Amino acid sequence: MGFFHRHRGLTPYLLLLPGLAWLAVFFLVPLGFLAYQSLQSGTFDVGYAFDWAWGNYWDALQRYHPWLVRSLVYAAIATLLALVISYPLAYWIAFRGGRWKNVLLVMIIAPFFVTYLIRTLAWQTILADQGPVVSLLRDVGILGANGRVLATSTAVVAGITYNFLPFMALPLYVALEAIDHRLIEAAEDLYASKLQAFLRVTLPLSMPGVVAGTLLTFIPATGDFINAQLLGTPKQAMIGNVIQSKFFNLLDYPGAAALSFTLMAAVLILIAIYARAIGTEKLTG
Amino acid sequence: MTDMLTREELLRRAGFGAAMLSIPGLAAACGGGGGGGSASSGTQKLADTLRFSNWPLYIDVNEKTKTHPTLDAFTKKTGVKVDYVEDINSNSEYFGKIQGPLSRGQSIHKDLIVLTDNERFLALMIDRGWVEELDKDAIPNISNLVDVQKHPGFDPDRKYSLPWQSGMTGIAYNPKVTKPILSIDQLFEDKSLKGQMTALNGFGDTLGLVMLANGDDPSKITDASFKSAIDRVKEASDSGQIRQFTGNDYAGPLSKGDLKACIAWSGDIVQLLPDNPDLKWVIPKDGGIIWTDNMIIPKGGDVFTASTYMNYAYTPAVAAKIAAYIQYVTPVKGTKEVLAKTDPALAGNELIFPTDATLEKVHLIDPEALNNQSYAEQWAAVLGA
Repeated sequence: MGFFHRHRGLTPYLLLLPGLAWLAVFFLVPLGFLAYQSLQSGTFDVGYAFDWAWGNYWDALQRYHPWLVRSLVYAAIATLLALVISYPLAYWIAFRGGRWKNVLLVMIIAPFFVTYLIRTLAWQTILADQGPVVSLLRDVGILGANGRVLATSTAVVAGITYNFLPFMALPLYVALEAIDHRLIEAAEDLYASKLQAFLRVTLPLSMPGVVAGTLLTFIPATGDFINAQLLGTPKQAMIGNVIQSKFFNLLDYPGAAALSFTLMAAVLILIAIYARAIGTEKLTG
Repeated sequence: MTDMLTREELLRRAGFGAAMLSIPGLAAACGGGGGGGSASSGTQKLADTLRFSNWPLYIDVNEKTKTHPTLDAFTKKTGVKVDYVEDINSNSEYFGKIQGPLSRGQSIHKDLIVLTDNERFLALMIDRGWVEELDKDAIPNISNLVDVQKHPGFDPDRKYSLPWQSGMTGIAYNPKVTKPILSIDQLFEDKSLKGQMTALNGFGDTLGLVMLANGDDPSKITDASFKSAIDRVKEASDSGQIRQFTGNDYAGPLSKGDLKACIAWSGDIVQLLPDNPDLKWVIPKDGGIIWTDNMIIPKGGDVFTASTYMNYAYTPAVAAKIAAYIQYVTPVKGTKEVLAKTDPALAGNELIFPTDATLEKVHLIDPEALNNQSYAEQWAAVLGA
């Protein structure tokens, strides 16, 4: 009769221990350190010291709000585009994929086997001024004769959409795949049109996938800096670029930390509003 | 019962395992750890392994075996294995990675790293005392160091650093899509290049060239010369003349013709030439910038072993093998003479062995200005971040 037999109630907590220890060491401790650093003042040359320097946050908001807003807008557009592109894709694979389902899913994930940086650089080739995409857009008159896509906001948003598409498509697929087809048949038996059945049965049942997909896309997209750096100009710089530059080039660690927290707060607030509007039960199904 | 006991044991082991996992993790996070199994002074004994971090594509490679012949020859000669890692892609990012441990007095487990003198980080490493002094008794070949490199501002007596290779910053253009672009004035003002030229995101590279075009001296930067240069770059960027600020990712767009011209490094263009024989690289009419990647021994590295390697790399025969492959400017005297026998075409290449006339046209960047925080912030603002 061992210890665990006598204290059965403890077992679940002990099982949680490795996970909690992991979170504490690799998430909470660095986060706490980042918070501590964000309230330091000084310079790299004389050293940084902790003195409740809330000014770093004021500076982050006041000087860098255009970058923050731009990042949120780009991420929102990219998330919406990813949703619009992924939904029919996931729907088709889930309902019509048949024995090709697995192959089609692998095709969605396939780009992930190439590193992020290379995938983004590939877009420099796809959208090249002399390339087929831009020639076509010029021919149909969407772009002027000397118009270009690279080094514009369009290129940056397109790059983000592309890079995060699988994060949207996979949760959507999982949600759609789990739908019991008999429910749709029942709706049609009860004289619902195809559209009505979709709007009142399929779509609501797929909402957990939509919510999970939007969160998984929007959150990392807001902090992205690779797309803005490789596909944009200084006018498209995002908050991630500012944080990167502050940390690596300017050695302004407190400023970079405060900006990171400001970004985190902005994203959390937006997600709280989103969750409240749409209902958290949608995420858990 | 046995089942119960097994589970119990399993849980205990799991708990113990987690503790084992996290304790070293915590210890590593909280400090501890001194020198990386190396002696910093006195002992004239070679380590088993030389831990060497360098930039990608910056040493000779045997294309068939994917090995580095000069490093293998070093191992054969000294018995020291070389743990050669190409993990330096950017001075700032590498510095960001190593500054934490170094500032806490910990070793970064490297014996030799390579940083560039046209950014603030090399000078910072030396000023902070985060490097070991070279063991010059082990480097008699230091006499082969070219004269221009003997007394740089950041290390006037070469106590801590030795050049690995140098390169020049100038203008590259693609003659298939533009007329020759020979000056910064032309690059910044010719409307036919609007939106089809890029500048480098390194402050020393781009501002240095603009200062020369403005008639200012980039090796002695003043507030006034800084301001007129940065204003000029900002204007060109705001007007859309400059399409982007890049690292070495200009190479693809330039060879494809998306870019007509750009500010570029000499060595990159030499490496692009085999596939794009038309590309041209020139020192701008008003002068170019020269920069040098320097080997340093980070604190805690094995001084004797690293110095022994430096001595080996400063043998003209070895330097010739490296230069023949990577095609940057070598700092080792006598290399050209060695190459003249084996590969006369390379020995005659001006981008690898610049003539005195060329060297007169290229300038060093002021190390003081590189470390000026206000300048760095103003430059970051022009880059958009």
